[in-house]
Amino acid sequence: MLVAILSLSLLALALGLALGFAAVRFKVEGDPLVDKIDALLPQTQCGQCTYPGCRPYATAIANGEADINQCPPGGEATIHALADLLDREPKPLNPDNGVEKPKTLAVIDEQTCIGCTLCIQACPVDAILGAAKQMHTVIADECTGCELCLPPCPVDCIDMVPIEQDIMTWKWSLPEVEQVRESDQ
Amino acid sequence: MSRRLSKFNGGVHPPQHKTESTRLAISTAQLPKRLTLPLHQHIGEPAQALVQVGDHVLKGQQIASANGYVSSPIHAPTSGTVVAIGEYPIPHPSALNADCIVIESDGEDRWGERMAVADYHDLSPSALRNLIREAGIVGLGGAGFPSYIKLNPGHDKVIKTLILNGVECEPYITCDDILMRERPQEVIAGLRIARHALQAEHCIIAIEDNKPQALAAISAAARDYDYIEVVQVPTLYPQGSEKQLIKVLTGQEVPSNGLSLQIGVVSLNVGTSAAIQRAIFHGEPLLSRIITITGNGVDSPRNLETLIGTGMEELVSQCDGDPEQLGKLIMGGPMMGFALHRTDLPVIKTTNCVLSYHREQMPAEKPVLPCIRCGACMDACPVELLPQQLYWFTRSDELDKAQDHDLFDCIECGCCSYVCPSNIPLVQYYRFAKGEIWIREREREKAELARQRFEFRQARIERRKAEHGSRRKQKARADKQRDAKRAEIQDAVERAKQRREQAMKQAGQWQQERGDDKQDNTQQ
Repeated sequence: MLVAILSLSLLALALGLALGFAAVRFKVEGDPLVDKIDALLPQTQCGQCTYPGCRPYATAIANGEADINQCPPGGEATIHALADLLDREPKPLNPDNGVEKPKTLAVIDEQTCIGCTLCIQACPVDAILGAAKQMHTVIADECTGCELCLPPCPVDCIDMVPIEQDIMTWKWSLPEVEQVRESDQ
Repeated sequence: MSRRLSKFNGGVHPPQHKTESTRLAISTAQLPKRLTLPLHQHIGEPAQALVQVGDHVLKGQQIASANGYVSSPIHAPTSGTVVAIGEYPIPHPSALNADCIVIESDGEDRWGERMAVADYHDLSPSALRNLIREAGIVGLGGAGFPSYIKLNPGHDKVIKTLILNGVECEPYITCDDILMRERPQEVIAGLRIARHALQAEHCIIAIEDNKPQALAAISAAARDYDYIEVVQVPTLYPQGSEKQLIKVLTGQEVPSNGLSLQIGVVSLNVGTSAAIQRAIFHGEPLLSRIITITGNGVDSPRNLETLIGTGMEELVSQCDGDPEQLGKLIMGGPMMGFALHRTDLPVIKTTNCVLSYHREQMPAEKPVLPCIRCGACMDACPVELLPQQLYWFTRSDELDKAQDHDLFDCIECGCCSYVCPSNIPLVQYYRFAKGEIWIREREREKAELARQRFEFRQARIERRKAEHGSRRKQKARADKQRDAKRAEIQDAVERAKQRREQAMKQAGQWQQERGDDKQDNTQQ
């Protein structure tokens, strides 16, 4: 009897120590699922998903607090990628969060800008350059088109312009093929 | 000396249609009134304009400079006035407009300064390359890769073989054929300069067996040079493609995603070679090129020595075609060329052929049928890819799988589309897939940058908050200390006051006592 209790206790102690060691030795830094989800999000940092940025939204998805259809800039492609990753059914974009729009770029009308710095504070990726009572301008390469700079502007001098295609960014489109007899297949 | 030739997989024999345009000798196209010069005529970054509207330019004057390493300058093809700089339609499959310099010629065709090199042996390879770069020479075979980069293999690379590509395997096009027939000396001279720039051991000139006259002319011109070997290769499309030709001539394969430099081979087009000769011996930058004007849209198809920037409609008229009656124009050949969205476009450095179709004799559009997985495309593919797999992957948006099946090794030669019994435009799918992969890659990079900037901003805000908090604490502590000191000082002042009051009181008492004494005295 005593031997049995003793041996089992020793066993439990040994296994407990092994597990404790493993927990410290093989600790995973951060949540890999959050990183994976974050990598699929467009990083617009617009907050339309109701979370303050892409990473917080990724965390919310990983914790099961948010659905996968709340990202308008990512649109259908992102929803499908998330559905693949999380092994869920893709669903249409939640209209409460917004609608999928073509990519745009913020442009400040430098004649109207009064240099209030409010947009600089609102920009989630530091893509606006300027100082108090100095003209502000958007660094085009770094603008994600999140539109967060629009509401704080007191003089309404920021416009969202669609990104125009030039021959450097142009790509071939899928051939428009009339599949004859497709229905016969 | 005969060389043992290797073979590449597949290839096709489309109808040649070459004899139409070789009946007439090369003639010089008329000097146009207006020349439109796109700033992007080559692979790489567009050139940067050096002139302004209203400037008078001389023939050969540089009007746009190279912008970066992979770029090429542009020169005024004739003397005249810059009348506009802005966006104009250019020959590009996108049908988009792009920045151009428009020159109105003054009709004098007056040359600017020309610096000819008497003996290129006096120049170092690097000096030669710089001259070739400044002359704006790009690959005239069709790709438009700046030639000086090809001639710069780097310190550690030894170039064994310099191949001069006179294969011209694409149907209809004869500009290289006619150049070799009529100006073989220029081609050989250019080859010798390129050999000196590369310090290559030996040279091979490859010509397909459907060009016997060119072969004879080049062989005669090359006879005196023992390091030049002229090789006749059997006609097969796409043998003119660099990697396929290297395989045929040397038996070696250029590694996937690699350059021919890695196996010690460089290849140039014969037209490029002639342009190098002009640049070095005559100091003439790349201002004109030979262009084949052919197809059923013109009555006398021929090769025209054309200034870059000339309108295609003018060329069609000079070959007895009616621009009004054109159905469509194709730049390049029927296999690899692309249909142009309008007919009034300028020719650029890479325009080797303008294939015209009369409005009433357009090629019949064949109906596209479903893929039956016959595998004909696989047999025809010169790169030994699996075209039908790539097609299915692209259609089902599984681009990563297409990439795993070596999509990026596709040379877009069009053999698969040519043999497809279902008339599926396969190459268009691959072009789409490549573009889509590039765009997604770029978007991923941009998203990564945005993520980093967002995280940095968050960290900065946090840090500032923390700093703010600690500063407040410090201030509170400092306030406390100051208050304590003040209190101390106050205490000290109070004490001093009390002392003084006490002293005053004592003095008062004393005075009073004295006063009392005085009073007593007066009373006395």
